[in-house]
Amino acid sequence: MTEGMALLTIFVLAAFVGFEVISKVSTTLHTPLMSGANAIHGVILVGAILVAGHADTTGELVVALVAVVLATLNMVGGFVVTDRMLEMFGRGAPARSLPQGKPANGDSGEAA
Amino acid sequence: MRDFAYLVSAVCFILALKGLSSPRTARYGNLVGAAGAVLAVIVVFTTEGLDHILPILLAVAAGTAVGAVVARRVQMTAIPQLVAIFNGVGGGAAALVALLELASTDDGLPLVAAIFSLIVGSVSFSGSTVTFAKLQELMTGRPVIFPGGPFVFGGTLAIAIGFGIVVYVGDGQGTAASAAAVAVVLVSLVVGVLFVLPVGGADVPIVISLLNAFTGLAVAASGYVLGNTLLIVAGTLVGASGTLLTRMMAAAMGRPITNILFGAFTARGLAGEAAGGEARPVRSVGPEDVAILLGYARKVVVVPGYGLAVAQAQHTVRELADLLAARGVVVSYGIHPVAGRMPGHMNVLLAEANVPYDQLVEMDDINPELPYTDVALVVGANDVVNPAAKTSPGSPIYGMPIIEVGQAGAVVFLKRSMRPGFAGIENELMYDPKTMLLFGDAKESLAKVVAAVKAL
Repeated sequence: MTEGMALLTIFVLAAFVGFEVISKVSTTLHTPLMSGANAIHGVILVGAILVAGHADTTGELVVALVAVVLATLNMVGGFVVTDRMLEMFGRGAPARSLPQGKPANGDSGEAA
Repeated sequence: MRDFAYLVSAVCFILALKGLSSPRTARYGNLVGAAGAVLAVIVVFTTEGLDHILPILLAVAAGTAVGAVVARRVQMTAIPQLVAIFNGVGGGAAALVALLELASTDDGLPLVAAIFSLIVGSVSFSGSTVTFAKLQELMTGRPVIFPGGPFVFGGTLAIAIGFGIVVYVGDGQGTAASAAAVAVVLVSLVVGVLFVLPVGGADVPIVISLLNAFTGLAVAASGYVLGNTLLIVAGTLVGASGTLLTRMMAAAMGRPITNILFGAFTARGLAGEAAGGEARPVRSVGPEDVAILLGYARKVVVVPGYGLAVAQAQHTVRELADLLAARGVVVSYGIHPVAGRMPGHMNVLLAEANVPYDQLVEMDDINPELPYTDVALVVGANDVVNPAAKTSPGSPIYGMPIIEVGQAGAVVFLKRSMRPGFAGIENELMYDPKTMLLFGDAKESLAKVVAAVKAL
């Protein structure tokens, strides 16, 4: 198998994993999930570092360093902001929607 | 060894997405993802023949400082646009990486991947910037439509692809191909703007999610160009799960994704706007009237919206709810999936005020209860309770499920002004005889109502 073919195989398999790993998600978690996924693609930082490290001219280096800064913003900011959103959920009872009137097995007392 | 570390990172990312799908494990999932990312960034520095280490470290430090501080400091209300802009810069980074690698990329599939990353990364960058401007209210949040929009969009996209073909034919090398590559980026930036302009109102978060998936694919394509398996896996994971998430968000709005993206392109004669010509009488009341109505009700449903977030009134609304509960009134909150500026916005906000979770009721569960509800208290929400979504086929929000507050015995709107909501559509419910309006900042109005209830 050529290298290109191996990479293509990885791509196709990862696509299936991506579809499968997200199953039923409550609407409450749509935004944190989007934000978390957003942070994960910040790993383009690895690519930006590689390109910057192999830059031959100053011009290339400058553009690559811009890419490094942008990618870092995406990655660090993404994970931090996601954590901040989820921090809010953690404080009360576990985030879930209960049918009206059902006692929340004592959790709500703590939250009040 | 390095490849093994990349594999560990990739597994971390999969576990992160899995964890983020469930409320119990969400925070842990995010931390696992962050750990995977940090590992990958440390390991990449062990690559042989890497120069310019110092400037790179400085750039990483600068990005980290700015990213962490902004993400920590920003107001809760501004989080959606922050996610949009973080997504945009990621897309921009992917496009720049592809641009720099173009000259050394092999013919065939790798070159196609590089051009794909150029186009999609640039679209994601400019599209996200426009959604940022819309959410930050630097420009109108309404759909921006002009005659022939779809053709201009299609034509511009065709030009971007055309320049891409020029790059491909030139093998990505030489002056002509380089100039064409820059042209691809510039035209793609315009494509991104045109793509997002017609999307408005509560649909904006959905388009952010779609652009997020785009960035993922651009990252995967850049990874293919670099021959880096981690980038391929991470980018593809986000691309695939992001696409699915976009569809789930669209389903929560009750319409297909194509309708959201291209609905505004074709919308004619906005029915909601036509009604907004003349000034019609509304019933404006004082805080005391609202207090009496609420204080002697048996069942009250609070419907929060963006106005609650802007006024930071979550603590005051909870104070009112506690006060009413002490009087024997049953209080619950009706949470629309897209109330505020992002799905789950209201849950986050009310959780901050320690509102018990069993009082937060999702739209599908609250609607059957509204006919048995005495008062629906709408705090800074508009589009999510607008009956135009059910009754006016010409309206931009037509088809979106709403919280049917009109079913309740009485409706109280706390509003700053008669200004229509984010989507810019008139709300017929305001003119209903059983509706009362209390004008003013949500927090101040609620505080006045709290004082009046205490005095009952």
